[in-house]
Amino acid sequence: MPNDTVRKTLAVAAAVSVVCSILVSSAAVLLRSNQEKNKELDMKKNILMSAGLIQEGKSVEELFEKIEIKVVDLATGEFNENIDPNTFDQRKAAKSEADGLAIDRKDDLATIKRRSKNALVYLARNEQGRLQQVIIPVHGMGLWSTMYGFMALDADTTTIKGFAFYQHGETPGLGGEIDNPQWKAQWIGKKAFDSDWKPRIEVIKGKVRPGSPDAHYQIDGLSGATITSRGVKDLLRYWLGDSGFGPFLSKVRAEEGGQDE
Amino acid sequence: MSEKPSKVLLNPLFNNNPISLQVLGICSALAITAKLETVFVMALAVIFVCSFANATVSLIRNHIPTNIRIIVQMTIIASLVIVVDQILKAYAYDISKQLSIFVGLIITNCIIMGRAEAFAMKEPVGLSFLDGIGNGIGYSLILVVVGVFRELFGSGKLLGVVILPLSTEGGWYESNGLMLLPPSAFFIIGLYIWVLRSWKTDQLEES
Repeated sequence: MPNDTVRKTLAVAAAVSVVCSILVSSAAVLLRSNQEKNKELDMKKNILMSAGLIQEGKSVEELFEKIEIKVVDLATGEFNENIDPNTFDQRKAAKSEADGLAIDRKDDLATIKRRSKNALVYLARNEQGRLQQVIIPVHGMGLWSTMYGFMALDADTTTIKGFAFYQHGETPGLGGEIDNPQWKAQWIGKKAFDSDWKPRIEVIKGKVRPGSPDAHYQIDGLSGATITSRGVKDLLRYWLGDSGFGPFLSKVRAEEGGQDE
Repeated sequence: MSEKPSKVLLNPLFNNNPISLQVLGICSALAITAKLETVFVMALAVIFVCSFANATVSLIRNHIPTNIRIIVQMTIIASLVIVVDQILKAYAYDISKQLSIFVGLIITNCIIMGRAEAFAMKEPVGLSFLDGIGNGIGYSLILVVVGVFRELFGSGKLLGVVILPLSTEGGWYESNGLMLLPPSAFFIIGLYIWVLRSWKTDQLEES
C-alpha cells in the first residue's frame, strides 16, 4: 500500500498515537506511587530541615513522627478540626472559590493575590509534650517565581529557629542564594516580632552591623538580588502579620504564657 | 550508501558536532549548565531519548506518510521524554526538581528532531541508534565542558565538591557571578567553537 493515501495516513497516525499513549500512561501509572512517596518525603524533609530537626542516622519518617500537623483557620487563629490535615491541599484551597479568598491589593505584601482561608501548621513537641517549635508554611513572590518555604519559631513565637525555602525559581548564584546554608544560618536566633508584636524581621541591603540595636531583627541582604531579598522580607511581613498567622501565633503565645505561670 | 558504524558513532563528537558545527540545541545548553550534576543527568536523558527516538523512527520509516512525518517523529520523541521525566521523578527526585521544565523541553531540542528527520528517516535501525547515541554524546560533551567552566568559576565547585573556596564562605576565591547566568554559556560555547575550528580548519565557514 502506498504511504501517502488518506487511509494509510490515518492508520499510521492512529497506530502511533495508541502505542505512544500506552507507553506514557503505563509509565505514569507504574511510577506514581514512588513519585508520591518522594514528594511526601521531600516535604517532610523540608519541614524538618527548616526547623533544624534533621539528625544524622535517623530517617525522616522517624523524626517526623514527633511532629503534629494541624489545620488553622487563619482569620480566628483557632484550629480547624473539620479538615483532615493529611489530605488538605493549601495551594488548591487558595484557588478555590469556597476555601480561598482574594487579598486586597494594598495588603498583599507577598504578591500572591489569593490565599487559603485555612493553613497547615506543624507543632514540634518534646517528650513531655511541651511545645518546642511552631513551623508555619510561607510563600510569596521573589523576582521570577513564587518562593515557598517554612519558618520555624520557638514556642515564644518570636525567636526564629530556622527558615528555609523548598521551592523557588530565583536566579542560581544570585537570588538562588536563599538556599545558601551560610545565609540560612543567620536566621537562627533572630526575632520575628518587636516588643509590640508587630512583624519586624527584615532583610536589609548590605550587611548587618553587629553592634546596631536592630541587629537581632535584621538579616544580610543578598548581593545582586535586591528584589528577591525584598520579596523574602515582604512575604514574612505578610505571613507573620494579622492577615497571615498573626492571630494564631498570638493564641499560641497566650496559651504558652499561661502554662508558665 | 550507508556509512560505517564507527563513523556514525564518532563523527558527531568533533567533526560534525550538533552544537558546535550545526549550532543546534543551544537553549538547553544555556539553561542547565550551571552545575555539573544536572549536566550529567540531562546528558543521559538526551542520549537516551535521541537514540531511542532515532531507532523507533527508523523502524517505521518505510510506513510514515510524508505529510505527517514531523508529527509522527514529534509524538515519538515527546512520549520518550515524558517517560524519562516520570522515571526521574520516581527515582531521582532531587535532580528532577532542579532540572524542572528542562527535561520536558528535550522535546523541543532541535538535535533530536534534526537527527530523526535527517538520519533516521533514511537509515536502518542499528545505524540510526548509533547515530542517536553519537549525537547525544556530542551534545553532552559540550555540556560537560561548559558545565565544568561554569560550576568551577561560578561557584568554586566541581560536582558539589569545593575546589576554590568562596570568599563568601570564608575562602579566598571571589566568584564570577556571570558564570552562573545563562549568557556565560554563550561565551564559553563561542570560545569552544573558535578553538575547535582553529584545530579542524575544514569547519570554517566561507566568508
